[in-house]
Amino acid sequence: MTLKTEEVRNIAHLARLQINDSNVEQYTNDLSNILNVFKQMKLHDTTNILPMAHPMDATQRLRPDVVSETNQREKFQAVAPDVEQHLYRVPKVIE
Amino acid sequence: MTITIKQLQKGLADKQFSSVEITQDYLNKINQKNIDLNCFISVTGELALKQAASADAVIASGKGSVLTGIPMAHKDIFCTDGVKTSCGSKMLDNFIAPYDATVIEKFNRSGTVMLGKTNLDEFAMGSSNENSFYGSVGNPWDTSRVPGGSSGGSAAAVAARLAPGATGTDTGGSIRQPAALCGITGIKPTYGRVSRYGIVAFGSSLEQAGPFAHTAEDCALLLQSMSGFDPRDSTSVDQAVPNFSVDLNKDIAGLKIGLPKEFFADGLDSDVATVIETAISEFHKLGAEIVDISLPNMGLSIPVYYVVAPAECSSNLSRMDGVRFGHQCENPIDLEDLYKRSRSEGFGEEVKRRIMIGTYALSAGYYDAYYLKAQRLRRLIKQDYVKAFEQVDVILCPTTPEVAFKRGEKTDDPINMYLQDIYTLSLNLAGLPGMSIPAGFSQSMPVGLQLIGNYFEESRILNTAHKFQQVTDWHLKAPEVK
Repeated sequence: MTLKTEEVRNIAHLARLQINDSNVEQYTNDLSNILNVFKQMKLHDTTNILPMAHPMDATQRLRPDVVSETNQREKFQAVAPDVEQHLYRVPKVIE
Repeated sequence: MTITIKQLQKGLADKQFSSVEITQDYLNKINQKNIDLNCFISVTGELALKQAASADAVIASGKGSVLTGIPMAHKDIFCTDGVKTSCGSKMLDNFIAPYDATVIEKFNRSGTVMLGKTNLDEFAMGSSNENSFYGSVGNPWDTSRVPGGSSGGSAAAVAARLAPGATGTDTGGSIRQPAALCGITGIKPTYGRVSRYGIVAFGSSLEQAGPFAHTAEDCALLLQSMSGFDPRDSTSVDQAVPNFSVDLNKDIAGLKIGLPKEFFADGLDSDVATVIETAISEFHKLGAEIVDISLPNMGLSIPVYYVVAPAECSSNLSRMDGVRFGHQCENPIDLEDLYKRSRSEGFGEEVKRRIMIGTYALSAGYYDAYYLKAQRLRRLIKQDYVKAFEQVDVILCPTTPEVAFKRGEKTDDPINMYLQDIYTLSLNLAGLPGMSIPAGFSQSMPVGLQLIGNYFEESRILNTAHKFQQVTDWHLKAPEVK
């Protein structure tokens, strides 16, 4: 399976990655080669086989709805690149 | 010269030396040898000596436990409160973890000493440690070769005798493969055995933490300290943890060891095969019964893994947005630009490749054909193992198809690199425990032998490995590091 460079640009956009024009070709080749490895999956019939999401088929545990963690905003925001008045600063979103 | 944790433990108990003395000794060695090997990203000398001094006080008061005062290295993927946790990425180069991973918390409670944080492939994606922002790591047996990955720094540190034990994580072979290539012992426990809380996540349904050491006996001690149910990790399994050291010496006469023909087929280096065959004859001499088995769907491991792991990676790494922590680009023009440039500047090539593959496999129109299909095939791989364990107690095979390769040899060919994990990936897909132990040498480089156990039967593979190490001395061979 061969991807087109346009598809690779779209995948990069969906993944919020910026890729330069100079390496679009390289990514297109690499990703196409990897997708080719996936082809052999098609040769196996999987009708009636349930998808396996967890090795022990475990489901999410429930716990009582009580507070278990304390607020550590100061500590957690200390590692943020840009914080003002306890808020994360990002470029303007709404005009 | 190999000094095991067991020996250090005895020396500390008998007051032959203090924890401060051995910690200083390891720090000196790291100081001398890390320049060439590059196995540590951070050396936490001051903290280590402080922890060692408190450990000495605890030992003196008679309240020490088995690991009190034992120095260790931790893979730089475990969050360590107040200490840089980079995950081998430029993205987290400035990240000082604000809390401890459960594994770290448990080791702190056991009284171990942290020497530093070890190098790894960026976000644990790689099989050679060449994908690290902090540079590649030398294999102590031959520094022109790779130590394996992703936990290459931990494996190289233990192999070079810069630490008697270390932690790693294993998402597709990242403990077992570097253990094999560096000639040490490493175990990946059953999925859910060790808490994943505070481990920078890559493949959530695949990864498990585990220890590296020189012997299976030491691995049993370290794994004991790491294991146990953790309510803070939703993937942790609430299962009683046995004492892993109790059965180490159990006789293995009559133990049924299965040899899967698929793992001895084309692609396996003939010298590596010879080493493994010699090891099999040792197990035979110990009274084990060798049984030929088949795991017919193993050929699917590579495609299934490289759909599932990137899909989980693309989802997990979406939290690296340049807003709440990690690298942020300069002067973003809008929010999309901030996301895109921060991520593109912060992530390396292999990480970007996997994020894109995962994004593609999960995108509308392809989800059924790739992700769901892979999840269905994953069940077939698991069923192969379930059937095999109806016949045998332990499965044995090589850990890797060849010995450590040269640095740079496979960097331009991602698929060839993926093939290095051909014997290790399927265990992560199935969630089974596995370990690698030194079994001999080929081209003067160590060869690893993999032992695979049934679910929650870490004790049995540790026992099998320990018996082998009682009659062989491959695990005591040390490289000459300049």
